[in-house]
Amino acid sequence: MALQYVGLSQINGPLVVLDHVKDAAFDEMVEISTDNGTRLGRIVEIEGERVVVQVFEGTNGLSLKNTKTRLLGHPMELPLSMEILGRVFSGAGKPIDGLGDVYADERADVNGLPLNPVARVYPRNYINTGISSIDCLMTLIRGQKLPIFSGSGLPHNQLAVQIVKQAKIADGEDFAIVFAAMGVTNDVADYFRTTFEEAGVMDRVVMFLNLSNDPIIERILTPRCALTAAEYLAYQHDMHVLVIYTDVTSYCEALREFSSSKGEIPGRKGYPGYLYSDLASLYERAGISKDAKGSVTQIPILTMPNNDITHPVPDLTGYITEGQITLDPDLNAMGIYPPVDVLPSLSRLMKDGIGEDYTRGDHADVANQLFACYAHVQDVKALTSVIGEEELSATDKMYMDFGRLFENHFLNQGFDENRSIEETLDLGWQLLSVLPQGALDRIDNKVLAEHYDHEDAIKRFNLKQDLIIKELQTNG
Amino acid sequence: MSENVIYSINGPVVKVKGITDFSMMEMVYVGHKHLMGEVISMNSQTTTIQVYESTTNLKPGEPVLGTGQPISVTLGPGILRNIFDGIERPLEEMAKANGAFIPVGSNVASLDGNKLWEVTLCVKPGQKVSGGDIYATVPETALITHKCMVPPMISGTIKSVKTDGQYTIDEVVATITQDNGEDYDLTLVQKWPIKTPRPVQKRLPISMPLVTGQRVIDTLFPIAKGGTAAIPGGFGTGKTMTQHQLAKWCDADIIVYVGCGERGNEMTQVLEEFRELIDPKSNKPLIDRTVLIANTSNMPVAAREASIYTGVTLAEYYRDMGYHVAIMADSTSRWAEALREISGRLEEMPAEEGFPAYLPSRLSQFYERAGYMDNLNGTKGSVTIIGAVSPQGSDFSEPVTQNTKRFVRTFWALDKALAYARHYFAINWNLSYSEYINDIARWYNKFVSPTFMRHRQQLVAILAEETKLNEIVQLMGSDVLPDDQKLTIEIARVIRVGYLQQNAFHKDDTYVPLDKQLKMMEVILYLKKQCEAVIAEGRPIRTVVETGIFDDVVKMKYDVPNDQLELFDDYYHRIDAALASID
Repeated sequence: MALQYVGLSQINGPLVVLDHVKDAAFDEMVEISTDNGTRLGRIVEIEGERVVVQVFEGTNGLSLKNTKTRLLGHPMELPLSMEILGRVFSGAGKPIDGLGDVYADERADVNGLPLNPVARVYPRNYINTGISSIDCLMTLIRGQKLPIFSGSGLPHNQLAVQIVKQAKIADGEDFAIVFAAMGVTNDVADYFRTTFEEAGVMDRVVMFLNLSNDPIIERILTPRCALTAAEYLAYQHDMHVLVIYTDVTSYCEALREFSSSKGEIPGRKGYPGYLYSDLASLYERAGISKDAKGSVTQIPILTMPNNDITHPVPDLTGYITEGQITLDPDLNAMGIYPPVDVLPSLSRLMKDGIGEDYTRGDHADVANQLFACYAHVQDVKALTSVIGEEELSATDKMYMDFGRLFENHFLNQGFDENRSIEETLDLGWQLLSVLPQGALDRIDNKVLAEHYDHEDAIKRFNLKQDLIIKELQTNG
Repeated sequence: MSENVIYSINGPVVKVKGITDFSMMEMVYVGHKHLMGEVISMNSQTTTIQVYESTTNLKPGEPVLGTGQPISVTLGPGILRNIFDGIERPLEEMAKANGAFIPVGSNVASLDGNKLWEVTLCVKPGQKVSGGDIYATVPETALITHKCMVPPMISGTIKSVKTDGQYTIDEVVATITQDNGEDYDLTLVQKWPIKTPRPVQKRLPISMPLVTGQRVIDTLFPIAKGGTAAIPGGFGTGKTMTQHQLAKWCDADIIVYVGCGERGNEMTQVLEEFRELIDPKSNKPLIDRTVLIANTSNMPVAAREASIYTGVTLAEYYRDMGYHVAIMADSTSRWAEALREISGRLEEMPAEEGFPAYLPSRLSQFYERAGYMDNLNGTKGSVTIIGAVSPQGSDFSEPVTQNTKRFVRTFWALDKALAYARHYFAINWNLSYSEYINDIARWYNKFVSPTFMRHRQQLVAILAEETKLNEIVQLMGSDVLPDDQKLTIEIARVIRVGYLQQNAFHKDDTYVPLDKQLKMMEVILYLKKQCEAVIAEGRPIRTVVETGIFDDVVKMKYDVPNDQLELFDDYYHRIDAALASID
């Protein structure tokens, strides 16, 4: 029979303090009952017989007298079985779809354990998302963590959904999607649910919803529950799991609130000093283990406050994740979808997951050269804003053409358009062929000879004749 | 003696009430699961311990056991080819014992106690020995002979010695009668506290470069054997790639690679790649000279703090054998953040940006453990420290970068703009510097060519000139420049794209010997000289560009294989022919 403690000695924001508690363990769960229901909490500090408890559902309505607290004797655990597929849970892992509790095969600690680096399989299999900018320039690899850095008003949700729709059935293997909403509105959660239903994959989706009006402290648990479910599916049932969680910035704000009410010394912008370690404990749970066939791939979405990539949340995220997909409000304003800002975007695992054995032999060359040329386009644009486009040299004008074509044909594609990797790479070559051959300095001459076709590119994109003539003069 | 029990728990910080018999920095076992911890502060009321493992489920009242010694590493054969966590626990053994995930309280011996090593004894009974003297050698890997040394504080006369043969690391192979009359048994291993530098006779002046085969480093900003370097850069600028390239190709005898608070997949990649990659100098796998320390970002934060010290202690141990050791620490910012996190839990008064006030002194203590040393046993060896720095918000004015800058002498500043254009290594030539140029110029003159440093100076001058000209170009366009200045910009482009930029995935370009670097510089400077002559004759620079000779020279890094340097002679003819073709 577990002991119950009546009353509390202090309430401070999401934290309550109890005195004279015996045999409490660090990180242990507690159950706090009041006249109108029970809430869950977690022990975050112990000093002798005094314990500090973080209450997930908030402390509204708690008083120092009317509560009974019971120690549960274990850390936060999630009941797991294959039944979780197709179900909807709250941010703390309670079913909220009215279908009753999950009959658990096993229960797992939501904090997880670090995966031993020697037991990891280095991710190499690329995921074909059917989106040119991602497939060619920042290839998504199975087992990777690749966040979307976005801003308010940008179509990050559509992009995430498009990736899921087009990437899901790539090779018919067992797949599942774990979706976690942290502090997003009901509409966003609904959008994801309806599109999953339309795509006919809802029976393979597990949803954890902590919406913007739900208790904030529960938000700290939400991604942990989601990742625990994902690890269970991947490592116990050999499924390829794609985890999408949005919005990481809200999660970090919840963490900040918790930290400040605990009276901790703040780091940058008031976020706790351990924000890096805390985010790492989420992101590092992506990967492939040698002991199982499944994999956990993560696409976290975060909105950059004020579109500032140096804000602590995107900054620390970038240091942990294996690259990022950055969205750009200017491209979005030009009506380009998906508005991927390719220069600050990156996939670190791409180099080992592309090439002859995976995509095509010339993939790395095309990607490198597109990056280099598009970077030069930015320099030319900067110059244009000073001296005007008319004053540009002939080559620089060609770069301006290239830039426009790249944005309108390569980046821009429909929400339902699914391009194969061949189509994407060929399109890349056509765009590069707009430029004079000498400008393509990242590519071996042999590869160039095979793919470079200037005249075809001019025809394909309806460029002005005088450019051809100029080109003929320069290159004979 | 009363038993010490846990009083309070806050994350990785545990306190014990009352006066304890622990000493500062003593290693302790916390709780029933024997979590490893270290005493970090004491007063008459409480003793504070930082725990190197997750404290979930720990309860007040559980025992804390002292070990009587500071946190130490085990030094002996079997370190190389291995991968350890931050407190020298072998990850392979842990995976065998506990499966894919790392549980708490896993106590696995650091080195394999069952493996038999082929030991050659090199002392005789009656011989006088003192700290650092080599008493046995073991072929540890195909590349490296491990030398077992008398621990630094021990000296005396050899009493008995076993014959050569196969022994495990814990078997006694010799016994010393110390000067105070007590016997001391020598096995193949010794222990050393990680926060104490291993003693040496004296520091030697720095004189040799650490040759890396990377042009921008060897030519523009070289690092010396026994030197220190920092690689600061925001995320995605290629810190880790740079560290990997250096670990693969630099001419140190031993590499210690510390992944401190970084990605798990990256460590797996290093492990896989180094097993496959063949060292061009010895034709043996690179792993034979490498030890990895992996404390990924999701492993406990206190062990992250220890991992840097563990790494540098292993490096010093191999230095004592007379080897040149390079240690790559990726990244020191994570280590500084671990300091901050623990300092915050101790409620210490923060200095800049929440970092503790002792951050600069900790950084300097770490970097000062580098150096070219005269060892106790008369051999000479060096420890070179190359630390990556991850400045928050890519802002080099933040505390870790600024304080690191004070203690390192080579600074390779990685630049976001270069990385966005996929110019790798994204080392910015305006912000970077090396203070070793003068120390090692003599070595370059003697072993490469007396002209190397002069050519380097010319390259630096052209790049500096280009930076100035670019300010004008950005305001008014390049058309306003006179032709000789346009030539400078074109030549600078050849240097940037054809020389500084290096392709880590190209079979020849990934490692470029100094001879080839010299020849490439010669060709570029010859091109400059010849073009200057053409321009002086009044021909427009456009005509020279249109011959395509610049693009030809840019691609010589790919077109000339590393073992056919005679092909460079052809470039002089091609330059002449191209310029002659201008009518």
